[in-house]
Amino acid sequence: MKFLRDLMDKQKPLFQKGGKLENLYYLFEAGETFLFSPNHTTGIKGAQVKDAIDLKRMMITVVIAMIPCLLFGMYNTGHQHLLATGGTTGLWENFGEKLGTGALLVLPIVLVAYAAGGLVEAIFAVVRKHPINEGFLVTGMLIPLVVPATTPLWQVALATVFAVVIAKEVFGGTGMNVLNVAMTARAFLYFAYPAQISGDQVWTYLGDAAAVDGFSGATALSVAYTAGVEGTQTVVQALAAHNSVLGADLFSFTNMFIGWIPGSIGETSTLMALVGALILVATGVASWKIIVSGFAGAYIMGTVMNLFAVNEYMAMPPQYHWVMGGLAFGIVFMATDPVSAAQTETGKWIYGLLIGFLTVIIRVTNPAYPEGIMLAVLFMNVFAPLIDYYVVKANKTRRLQRATV
Amino acid sequence: MYLLDLGRFSKAHSSKTDMSKIVKLKKGFDIKLVGKANQELADFAPAQTFAIKPTDFIGLQRPKVLVNEGDTVKAGTPIMFDKAMDQVIYASPVSGEVVEIKRGEKRKLLEIKILADQTVSHEDLGKADLASLDREALVAKIASSGVWPNIIQRPYGIVANPADTPKAIFISGFDTHPLAPDYGFALQGEEKYFQAGIDALAKMTTGKVHLNVDGSTSTPAVFANVKNAEINKFSGPHPAGNVGVQIHHIDPINKGEIAWTISPYGVVQIGKLLLEGVYDSSKLVALTGSELTKAAYIKTYTGACVSTFVKGNLNSGHVRVVSGNVLTGEKISLDGFIGFYHSQITVIPEGDYYEFLGWALPSKRLSFHRALGLLSFLNPNKEHVMDSNARGEERAFVQTGVFESVTPMDILPVYLLKAIMAEDFDEMEELGIYEIVEEDLALCEFVDVSKHPVQQMVRKGIELIQYS
Repeated sequence: MKFLRDLMDKQKPLFQKGGKLENLYYLFEAGETFLFSPNHTTGIKGAQVKDAIDLKRMMITVVIAMIPCLLFGMYNTGHQHLLATGGTTGLWENFGEKLGTGALLVLPIVLVAYAAGGLVEAIFAVVRKHPINEGFLVTGMLIPLVVPATTPLWQVALATVFAVVIAKEVFGGTGMNVLNVAMTARAFLYFAYPAQISGDQVWTYLGDAAAVDGFSGATALSVAYTAGVEGTQTVVQALAAHNSVLGADLFSFTNMFIGWIPGSIGETSTLMALVGALILVATGVASWKIIVSGFAGAYIMGTVMNLFAVNEYMAMPPQYHWVMGGLAFGIVFMATDPVSAAQTETGKWIYGLLIGFLTVIIRVTNPAYPEGIMLAVLFMNVFAPLIDYYVVKANKTRRLQRATV
Repeated sequence: MYLLDLGRFSKAHSSKTDMSKIVKLKKGFDIKLVGKANQELADFAPAQTFAIKPTDFIGLQRPKVLVNEGDTVKAGTPIMFDKAMDQVIYASPVSGEVVEIKRGEKRKLLEIKILADQTVSHEDLGKADLASLDREALVAKIASSGVWPNIIQRPYGIVANPADTPKAIFISGFDTHPLAPDYGFALQGEEKYFQAGIDALAKMTTGKVHLNVDGSTSTPAVFANVKNAEINKFSGPHPAGNVGVQIHHIDPINKGEIAWTISPYGVVQIGKLLLEGVYDSSKLVALTGSELTKAAYIKTYTGACVSTFVKGNLNSGHVRVVSGNVLTGEKISLDGFIGFYHSQITVIPEGDYYEFLGWALPSKRLSFHRALGLLSFLNPNKEHVMDSNARGEERAFVQTGVFESVTPMDILPVYLLKAIMAEDFDEMEELGIYEIVEEDLALCEFVDVSKHPVQQMVRKGIELIQYS
């Protein structure tokens, strides 16, 4: 390490004020602080010692929490591919082939997201003269996990650039943004290129192979929505009957919970999202209040729908909302983004609850968007400051009342 | 982490017995460090030089020096006053010769150094019978003695104005800062003076004198039988011992109100002034920190030079000497002087080193957090060696909820700090700027992922309000 350190110290003057490459200082600084925690010391007055945490460590914790979803997503991508092309039906058969197929599809998306986003970060850091934001460590991983494995790489790059610039940098970078950056990327793709991120054809990678006879690539959400419209059988029956060529239990509750279903790369597995949630909550990086209230909100709204059911989708058992689509992933990784979420402790309960409510309402009542979590999170991102405003106001009122008593 | 620590978010419990309060606080964090002072007196050579540092007195506006280099002074001889509040005298803590009046840029007054006599002699300020003094005479006596700057006004945390009458006076009877001195030991035998000080303070307020003691241990002798004051009990992690936190739970400060605070050391000095007729600034100072070979108490006077206690008492070469504690203290040199309000020095390793992948590798370092690789929570009673490394760079606010969990007050620190950054006066007022000083949010500065200079920001906000 001495060698690396010496190298850094030798190059440093080049990038410092007056050096040839002083414009690129923040690039150098990013690399240097990535390799070596800086030698800065605390100030003369005030806290003389500091907690061992820093933002890099916090962000990398989130990335690690996403790894179960990523690995499962890769394997499931390969699994769905083989299922659809008639290669296999057993979960653990052809393990290597599935993982390999998935990795070949997923890793390029991850690389492109990191590269495109990293480039934008670097350009902004150099032009705006601010340090490179660690927040991108998380965004670069989140974006690949919320798109289908079949998304063209150029779309991934474009969406990432759009989201980093419009959702984050124009506000001043990590910590200043209003919307969750990764959700913005997904929303961009959704509205700009709907053909590649909606419908029944995009969720399963077929490649050159032909799909087996009778194959439908529909997701559980669209099956449920169709069942609601047709009204000839309950949603649970429709799910069970659907796509029997891929095995009778494709959309069984257990299968959906574990995640052996078509969908975006990282979103299918509720189980893996919960593993991630466990990591985030145990490390204190994400708010358990948002996660708990998010799931509770979806369940409550699902139950309310049951009570006033006028179609089969409304009558669906509320726990199905937990395992279908990206609700779990969205609540665990997107809703808990500390910058775009509510920031007061009371506000977090309300914020999470409303995300759960909205997701189910959008899913069940909106014909255009089968998935509700994306818009629910973005919508509540916008409303989070309002929630906080009232929580803060209550604090001020308490103080004011105390003074006049 | 929150699941295991639900209690941290619950409201503080307080109950009334008679009139005194018992307050149990849950939020906060104890920074446990290596190098607690043993309860014994160390026999280092006595300090030879002493200094009054005008920069110690927050809110001091136009200091005017009353002595010249070469003058001889006694303990209690006036050496400085503030032209903005000229009744208050800043006096020499020891007898001896004024050897240097040190000025910095723009002739800013930095230090008035006094070379002390072998035995300290005192100005005779006259004993006083409290019963025969009216409030005005009492205030005038204390203000002119050198003892007065011990009395701090809230809001703002500045030297109190003798012209004001506070709604109450608060004394914290225990210090929960890292490695803080144990008042039971440091003030033993001072019972008589402490009581006399309390009696004087009781005369200066229209309200009560609140003495807040540690509810988790037995009350030390010096406080146990105090009369003429409300004794409240506080327990919980740091900052339970901060007087600002205590005020918040007993009788919070609203806009337009004034309360005074004073440390027990200051109370004893008032008592000595009245009973002995002298400004006696002698006190036991705790020598603490992992880098000291001998961590113990030393008997000295306010403003002592630390060199005789520190040089020769170090077990490593590259250290930082802190006047006060590591949360709120001030870095001084090996020949520096202990601050007026400090009764502790802490010596820690200097942290100016690089660390390879320091942000990613597992760390045994102390952390309030539990993010990846931060394992100190597994061993909560371990005493740590902490150095002065800043552990990262300043960033925008990202994490939420953490400041709240180390602030046992109904205050929203992040919103308050953002109001200060925006210089939004109404917002600062409404969010409670009158209730805090730097030390009350010092833990926020410690735990902050984004490494903001929180205490500096708090002072900036207070000054904006104070001088608006």
